[in-house]
Amino acid sequence: MNNILVTNGVTKRFGNYTALNNVSLEIPRNSIYGLLGPNGAGKTTLIRIINQITFPDSGTVFFDGEPLRPNDISNIGYLPEERGLYKSMKVGEQALYLAQLKGLSKIEAKKRLKFWFDRFEIGDWWNKKIQELSKGMAQKIQFIVTVLHEPKLLIFDEPFSGFDPINANIIKDEILKLKDQGTSIIFSTHRMESVEELCEYIALLHQSEKILDGKLSDIKKAYKNNIFKVGLEVEQGEILLKELSDTFEISSSTYTANERQLDFTLQLPNNDTRNVLQYLSSKGNVNQFLETVPSANEIFIRTVKNKGTYE
Amino acid sequence: MAKVRNKSFVIMTFLSPILMVGMIVLIAFLTKVNDNERRVIVVLNESDYFSNDFNSTERTSYINFEDISLEAAKDSVASLGYSGLLYIPDEKDLEKVAGRSFFYTKDAPNTGVLDNLEDTFRDRLRQRRLQELGVSEKEFASMDKSFEINTATFEGEQNLKGINEIKAAIGGGFGYLIMMFIIIYGGFVMRSVIEEKTSRIIEVIISSVKPFQLMLGKIIGTSLAGITQFAIWIVSAGVLMIVAFAIFDIDPSGISPSGGVGSGIGVAPPMPDANQTLNLYAQEIFKIPWLMLITFFIIYFILGYLIYSSIYAAIGAAVDNETDTQQFIFPIILPLMLAIYVGFFSVFNNPHGPIAVGFSLFPLTSPIVMLMRLPGVLVKTVYPFGNWRPLFCC
Repeated sequence: MNNILVTNGVTKRFGNYTALNNVSLEIPRNSIYGLLGPNGAGKTTLIRIINQITFPDSGTVFFDGEPLRPNDISNIGYLPEERGLYKSMKVGEQALYLAQLKGLSKIEAKKRLKFWFDRFEIGDWWNKKIQELSKGMAQKIQFIVTVLHEPKLLIFDEPFSGFDPINANIIKDEILKLKDQGTSIIFSTHRMESVEELCEYIALLHQSEKILDGKLSDIKKAYKNNIFKVGLEVEQGEILLKELSDTFEISSSTYTANERQLDFTLQLPNNDTRNVLQYLSSKGNVNQFLETVPSANEIFIRTVKNKGTYE
Repeated sequence: MAKVRNKSFVIMTFLSPILMVGMIVLIAFLTKVNDNERRVIVVLNESDYFSNDFNSTERTSYINFEDISLEAAKDSVASLGYSGLLYIPDEKDLEKVAGRSFFYTKDAPNTGVLDNLEDTFRDRLRQRRLQELGVSEKEFASMDKSFEINTATFEGEQNLKGINEIKAAIGGGFGYLIMMFIIIYGGFVMRSVIEEKTSRIIEVIISSVKPFQLMLGKIIGTSLAGITQFAIWIVSAGVLMIVAFAIFDIDPSGISPSGGVGSGIGVAPPMPDANQTLNLYAQEIFKIPWLMLITFFIIYFILGYLIYSSIYAAIGAAVDNETDTQQFIFPIILPLMLAIYVGFFSVFNNPHGPIAVGFSLFPLTSPIVMLMRLPGVLVKTVYPFGNWRPLFCC
C-alpha cells in the first residue's frame, strides 16, 4: 500500500448545501500533501471527515488500506484551524491530559513532552497557564500536543497562522523533520509560498469539488507553456528581435545598446529547444535561457478562474 | 479535573459552609437579640374588670397610669418612649369595656404583644360568659378536651398522626437536595461546554474522543466533583454549626424552619403520653426502610441528574455565550419547581393520587416527586405502584 489515506467519492451535504461533492483523493505515504482551495471550498469538511468528527453522506475513506475505524484516531494527529486550549489550565497538565486522550500513558507522555519542551526551549512554561502565554507560544504548545503521540498521519490546517516568521520557520523545519521520520502529512492552507516549499503533492478543491490533484512537479510541468526567458549578448539586437518575432511570439523585450544586451520572453510551440538555442547561439553569446515554471499561486489562481480546464 | 483544582472552586468549597453556618448563626443571634428587647406598656385602666390582670413578664412590663385623661396619657407615653398605651374605659358591661378598649402604639403593634393582650381579654370575656351561663370553669375545661381517632393499617400496625408529615419531610428533603444539585451542577456542565466552544479547544478534543464520550465524561466528572463538594459542605457545615452554637450559646430548637432542609413540615402535636408516643415515632422513623430509600435516592439522583445535565449541555452547545443562556434556563427550572411545589402541596397529602402518579410518570418531574412519595409508600408492605414504577419512571 503506497497510500496512507484514500477517499473514494466522498460526498457531504449540510441541508441543501453540498460541502463536498464526490471527492476522491489518494494521499501517498510519507509525503507532504497540500490540500488547497479558496475559502469555503470544503477543505475543513474533508479534514473533519478524515478525523471522524463528521461522517460522509456517501463515499468511503480508507486509512492505511482499510476503511476508517474509530481506533484510527490514535494514528492521526490533527491541528485544527479553529484551535485553542483551556485558558485557565496549566500548560503541562493540559498537554498531559490531551496526550492521554490520544492513548499515551502518563509516564510516556511526560517523557515525550519533556523532549519536545527541551527542543523548543520552553521547559519553564510547564506551570504557566495558557492565558499567560502569547498567541504564538500557545500555538507552539498546540503543535507539540498534535505531534506528541507520533501518529502515522498528521493533518495541519493553516499551521502557520499566528506565528511570526522565525517561529513559522521553526515549525516548518519540524514538519520536514517529521516527514523524514516517515510521517505522512496533510497540509491545508491558502499560503502558496509554503505549499511551494513543503508539498510534494497537492489537491485543489473548489466549490466542493476536486478540480486538480497530483504531484506538484507534474502539475507544474503540465502548466508550463513553453515560455522561456532569454538573455543574449548581440550586436544590433533590434534586427534579431524582428527576425525572431516573425517565427515566434516575443514579449517584454528590452535592448540595452551600450551593453549589447538583449532580453526577451520567448513563447515556443513545443518544448523542443534545441533548434532555437542553436539559432540563438549562432547570433551571439546566450547568457540566459530559462524556462518559466508557473508558481503554485499562479496555478491556483488560473485553475480556480477557469475551473475544470485542466484534466 | 481542572475545575476541582480551580482556586475559586476550592475557595467556594470551604467558604460556603462557613457562610451558610454564619448566616444561620447570625439570624439566630439577631432573633435572640431582638427578643431580648424589653417592652414597656402603659395601662390606663378606668374599669374594675381588669384590676390586676396585667402582670409584668420577662419581656414585657406593664405600668399603670391612674387619674389621668386619655390624651394626657397618650402624650406622656409618646414622650417617654414606651412601647404602647392600653386604654380600658369605664363601662358597666364587660362586653362594652372590651369593645371600646384601645391599644395605642407609635407604629404597627408587635403581634406577640397583641396576642398577649387579646388572650387576656378573651379569658376574662369567657369567664364572664361562663358565669352568665352558670357553668363552672372546671366543667368547661373538662368539656374542652380534644379527641383524636386511633388509626391503623389493615395489617394492624398502629399509625401515628403526623408521622406521614415527617416521612414527607424526609422525602421532600431528598427531593430538594436533587433539585439544588441539578441547578448548581447542571449549570457547571453548561458553562464547561460553552468554555470549550469559546476557547476553541473543542475541535482538538473531539478529534481524540467521541462527542458522546466527551459529554458523558463531562457530566460524570462534574457530578463527582459536585458530590465531593456537597459532602464537604454537609460535613463541615454540621461541624461548624455545632461549634458555632456552642460558642454563641444558641439553642438550635429555637430556630424556626430555616434551620434544616424540609423541617418546615409540622411536627406532630404533643400528646398526653408523650414518652410512649415519642417511642412510637422513633420506631416508625426507624421502620422507614432507609437502605431502600437511599438506594432509590441514588437511582433517581443519577437518572434525574443525567437527564437535566444533558439538557444543560445541549443549551451550552446551542448558545454562543453565557448571557444567551438565561432564556433557555427558565424552561428547565420550571419542571423542577413544579415538581417541588406539586410535591409539597399535593403529593404529601395523597401519595397515590392522580397528580402524584402523573408527575411521577413524567420524566422531568419524576425524580423529585417519586422521592417525596417513597418514604410514605415504602412502609406499607403492599404498595400499588411502587413495585414497578421505579423501573419505568426515568
